[in-house]
Amino acid sequence: MTPAGSVRWSARDWVPGERLVGREAETDLPADAPVVGVLALQGDVLEHLRALRRCGARAVRVRSLADLDGLDGLVLPGGESTTIGKLLVLAGLLDPLRARIADGLPTFGTCAGMILLSRELDQETPQPVLGVLGVRTRRNAFGRQVDSFDTALAIAGVEGGPMDVSFIRAPWVEDVLDDDVEVLADVDGRPVVVRQGNVLATAFHPEVTGDDRLHQAFVDSLR
Amino acid sequence: MSDPRTGTTRVKRGLADMLKGGVIMDVVTPEQARIAEDAGAVAVMALERVPADIRRDGGVARMSDPDMIDSIVAEVSIPVMAKARIGHFVEAQVLQALGVDYIDESEVLTPADEAHHIDKWQFDVPFVCGATNLGEALRRLTEGAAMIRSKGEAGTGNVVEATRHMRSIAGEIRRLTTMDEAELFAAAKEHRAPYDLLAEIAETGRLPVVLFTAGGIATPADAAMMMQLGADGVFVGSGIFKSGNPEQRARAIVEATTSFDDPSVIAKVSRGLGEAMVGINIDTLPEDQRYASRGW
Repeated sequence: MTPAGSVRWSARDWVPGERLVGREAETDLPADAPVVGVLALQGDVLEHLRALRRCGARAVRVRSLADLDGLDGLVLPGGESTTIGKLLVLAGLLDPLRARIADGLPTFGTCAGMILLSRELDQETPQPVLGVLGVRTRRNAFGRQVDSFDTALAIAGVEGGPMDVSFIRAPWVEDVLDDDVEVLADVDGRPVVVRQGNVLATAFHPEVTGDDRLHQAFVDSLR
Repeated sequence: MSDPRTGTTRVKRGLADMLKGGVIMDVVTPEQARIAEDAGAVAVMALERVPADIRRDGGVARMSDPDMIDSIVAEVSIPVMAKARIGHFVEAQVLQALGVDYIDESEVLTPADEAHHIDKWQFDVPFVCGATNLGEALRRLTEGAAMIRSKGEAGTGNVVEATRHMRSIAGEIRRLTTMDEAELFAAAKEHRAPYDLLAEIAETGRLPVVLFTAGGIATPADAAMMMQLGADGVFVGSGIFKSGNPEQRARAIVEATTSFDDPSVIAKVSRGLGEAMVGINIDTLPEDQRYASRGW
C-alpha cells in the first residue's frame, strides 16, 4: 500500500521516515547522473536525499565504509554533531572520510555538517571532527532553540536573489584559519557560508526550505 | 540578511527534523545528562523522576524544579527538553522562560486540565505531544505541536503499547493515502481533525512533522523495531537509568537506532548489557494508572 510513484520498502538501504512514505522511484535519471552519498548516521538525511533527487542526482545512503565506493560527491546533513561524530568513530568512518575529502571528494555540509568539517571548534569539550575545512566554528552560536530563525540571505555566486533559509541552533564561523577559505555569506560579520577547494559548508539548512539552489549548484558541479 | 523571524513553524518543526535517527533520553541529574550526551543522545529530557519512579511513588507529578533544569542546561551542549502537564500553559511559559529547547506536553505528568490541551501556537518554543492514534496526533498538530511521539506506556519497560500506537498511526496514514475525496471528508469527522490536514497527509503519505516513539523502550532491539515500524527516532525514559549498566545500555540503544535495519549490529550491541529494567505487564496495570489514556 505504498503511495503512487514510490517503490516498495525493502529491508535494506533506507533511512528513517522512508518506511511510511516509500522511496520515490528514480525515473528519468540519465545513466551518467552524479552519485551523491548522504551520511546517514543521524539527522535530516531524508531531506537531503530528496533535495538531491530533485536536482537530478542519484542520491544514496552512506552508513558504512563500503557505501563510500563510487561516490561523485558527499553531503553531511544537519543533526547533532556530537552524536554524528561519535557514530563516525564507531562505524570506523572518521579516518576514511577524512582521507577521501582531503583527496578531493566534493563535499557539502549543513549545520552539524559544517561543524564536523571544521578543523577547530570554539569550545573546551573535545568532540570528533573531520577537520578538512580551515575554520574555527562555534556551535549553537546564535543561541538556543527560541533564538532559531528564518531569514532571506544573499549568497555570493547564488543567482536569483536572496535564499530562503532556516538557522536552527546554528553555528557560525568564529575564525577563518586559511587564506584560501572563501566567505560566501555572513550574518552581522559572522561567516555562515564558506568554501575551501572541494568543501562547501553552510550554517543553515537549505534542505528544509525547498530552495534547492545550493544543492543544484553542488550537483551541477559534479557533472 | 532580512529581519530574522523566530518561533516560526518551520524552525519549530525543523529542530525535530535534526533529531531524526536519534535517541532522546530521560535524565534527572546533570551527571545523567553527561552520561546521555557522552553515549550519543541527540537530546535529553530533564525531569524530576523517571516514569517508573512516578508510578512507584504515586501522587501528583508536576513540572521539574527550575534549578534542576538550569543545572542540566548548563551541563550539556545538546538540546534540552522538559515536560509540562497537559493543559498547564503556565508551566509551559516557565519552561520557555528557562530557555528549554522543546516542551513535552506529557501524559506522564498528572493532567492539569481535563478539557483543554495547551494552545501551543502562543509559544516560540516548540512542543512535542503524545498520541495513541492518528486522530490524536492530528488534534495535537492543530493545537500547534511541532513533533509527535507515540505514547506507549511510560515507565513499564514493556514495548507492547508503543508497538500498538506506532502500528495504529502508520496504518491509519496508509489508509488515508488510498481514500477518495468523499472518504476523506468522512475520515476527518472520524478523526475529529481538520479536512485540510488529512488531505495533506493523504497526499504526502506522512505526518507533516517528525514522528518519534516513546513509552516502554528498554532494549536495543525495542528501539530498532520501532524504527523499522516507521518511527523517525526514539525516546527512552526509565529504560536506561533503571537498568544495570546505564552507560553501556545508552550507547547500545543509540547504535541500534542508527543501524536499525542491520541485525548483526543489533546483536553485537545487545551482548553483555546486564539487567534490563524489570518491567510491568500492561494487563496488571489498573485503568487509572495507564498514562496513555490521559489526553484526548
